[in-house]
Amino acid sequence: MTMSWTWLHKLGSPKWFYEISGRWLSWLAWAAALLIGIGIAWGLAFAPADYQQGNSFRIIYIHVPAAFLAQSIYVMLAVAGVVGLVWKMKLADVALQQAAPIGAWMCFVALLTGAIWGKPTWGAWWVWDARLTSMLILLFLYFGIIALGQAIGNRDSAAKACAVLAIVGVVNIPIIKYSVEWWNTLHQTATFKLTEKPAMPVEMWLPLLVLVIGFYCFFAVVLLLRMRLEVLKRESRSAWARTEVAALVERRS
Amino acid sequence: MSNVFLLLAMHEARLLCRRPAELANPLVFFAIVIALFPLAVGPETQLLQGISPGLLWVAALLAVLLSLDGLFRGDFEDGSLEQWIVSGYPLPLLVLAKVLAHWLFSGLALVLLAPLLGLMLGLPASALPVLVLSLMLGTPVLSLLGAVGAALTVGLKRGGLLLALLILPLYVPVLILGSGALQAALQGLPATGHLLWLASLAALAVTLAPFAIAAGLTIGVGE
Amino acid sequence: MSDSAPPIPFLATVGLACERDRRLLFDQLELHLQPGDMLQVAGPNGSGKTSLLRLLAGLMPPTEGSVLLAGKPLAAQRTELARSLLWIGHAAGIKGLLSAEENLAWLGALNRCGSTSREAIWTALAEVGLRGFEDVPCHTLSAGQQRRVALARLYLAPPPLWILDEPFTALDKAGVAQVEIHLARHCEQGGMVVFTTHHSLTEKARNFRELDLGLRAA
Repeated sequence: MTMSWTWLHKLGSPKWFYEISGRWLSWLAWAAALLIGIGIAWGLAFAPADYQQGNSFRIIYIHVPAAFLAQSIYVMLAVAGVVGLVWKMKLADVALQQAAPIGAWMCFVALLTGAIWGKPTWGAWWVWDARLTSMLILLFLYFGIIALGQAIGNRDSAAKACAVLAIVGVVNIPIIKYSVEWWNTLHQTATFKLTEKPAMPVEMWLPLLVLVIGFYCFFAVVLLLRMRLEVLKRESRSAWARTEVAALVERRS
Repeated sequence: MSNVFLLLAMHEARLLCRRPAELANPLVFFAIVIALFPLAVGPETQLLQGISPGLLWVAALLAVLLSLDGLFRGDFEDGSLEQWIVSGYPLPLLVLAKVLAHWLFSGLALVLLAPLLGLMLGLPASALPVLVLSLMLGTPVLSLLGAVGAALTVGLKRGGLLLALLILPLYVPVLILGSGALQAALQGLPATGHLLWLASLAALAVTLAPFAIAAGLTIGVGE
Repeated sequence: MSDSAPPIPFLATVGLACERDRRLLFDQLELHLQPGDMLQVAGPNGSGKTSLLRLLAGLMPPTEGSVLLAGKPLAAQRTELARSLLWIGHAAGIKGLLSAEENLAWLGALNRCGSTSREAIWTALAEVGLRGFEDVPCHTLSAGQQRRVALARLYLAPPPLWILDEPFTALDKAGVAQVEIHLARHCEQGGMVVFTTHHSLTEKARNFRELDLGLRAA
């Protein structure tokens, strides 16, 4: 290891991460609650109804942030994979494996809200719309990473294998996305697109923006919580983790 | 270096020739799956012809996937992978030779069998060249991507179902382009665009997949 | 191999540690290997003998520390290592469907070691007592005979450093004695052997050492 990477290893030190993330956590949680609260109230109660779809369009205030997040989390998995493989940073392994289930849930939420939105719009719970289909394939990609991580017994090998799979997946996602979109235009099933409005008025997309940022904060909170737990588990032999756990138990009782 | 590539391809070919039954299994699977569909949806030629592009491609995709389970497991268990790694030759090159040999024996046979099954599904003879060409360009991609999954699951005793779970979503573009080409040919439209895209996917897979396969194998061996 | 010992050891480990499934097998392992050295890695089952050998052969990344080949980290020396290493693992890379000759020809070509001519291979097979079994598929051979096929590589003008995991498994007494002599002779000629075994050796090289991983842990 050369000297120039020491900062990265400091960043990767579990104890350091645990302390810093503990300080960020409450801020992020407040930001998430505030932004999501404002965004939901604004989007559901104050934003104008769509001239074509009426009030049913309001589900995009959940659907779009979830879909955004599902896609970004997959990219994050691949980035964490590269960091873990190249710089052997254990914390990146932890981040990868802890973020994957959150991504899968976001995918699921996006699909569910898409289906609910589809009923009044297309008259069917499921339509093979390009976006929904891509999202479904993304969900399968998440399942693959989670299943691979659970199947390999050795913790480090599991993390490395998931990293390779995430990188392969992220190279493939644009190809999958374009091919699905192309397939969809060839078959001309959907006339509506859930989010592709020619021009969404400001009072419609501003709450959406607030919600997207809120969802990202929410993701950060959940990820940090999960990572902190995993770091404690992994470091259970070290002195600092033991005192931390003892303190946590004391606070409980 | 190219010497060892050829030697390994020949070595693998020799091994494959000594287990002909294993080579035949995916082909028989391919034929059986195709035969199941007329039984399930009825024998009307019109209907069968309409769904034949998707049918042939899904069956081919599954057959390739089936043939890849355990592609590297034998090498892992008998210590050959260790010998590859200590040999100092670039591992991506070696795995490319292995996958190529495997494709020449199983993928190519599939390509040659497909027109026969296509005719049985009522495909017009004019669509057959497109079928063969699309499979010829598509099956190497399927083999290479599947080999990534086989490499990642190499240390697992039973990786078959997991392999499918990992790899099938990645097969989507090839499936869309391949069956799209055949559909275009059925409607009398040119399929060149589809085929060119398939060719670029093949080029991409040949360039990138060996690195992912090598990384997967190194992880499996280093466990 | 020159007679004067080089200042830098041929193979060395610095602060080597190995952790498997959250269990520390060994740490702070310092090891030096010079031409002529013979090192037996001993210890009870699960003490990390195979892991150490795999670390030395560059098959596994170390948890801590590093392996140095001629003073430089192993990861940067892949070709150098390949040129000087003969690795025979517990599973020796012998294909049951191929004959002994085909197996040796392929492994020889892969490892670029010496001669892979038919005569050389047949001579090597005769050395390990497999005359008449050259073109029989290996899966029809007994476990001991298969082990002999793998060990025939030691007779094919091999590179200087041998890392052998349990080379004597399944061999009969005569076979063990013969291989022991061959290992010792290789070391006397300036080669190096690192191996694991539960046998106690009768024939040892002059620079014989034993590393007991069980004692280190205790």
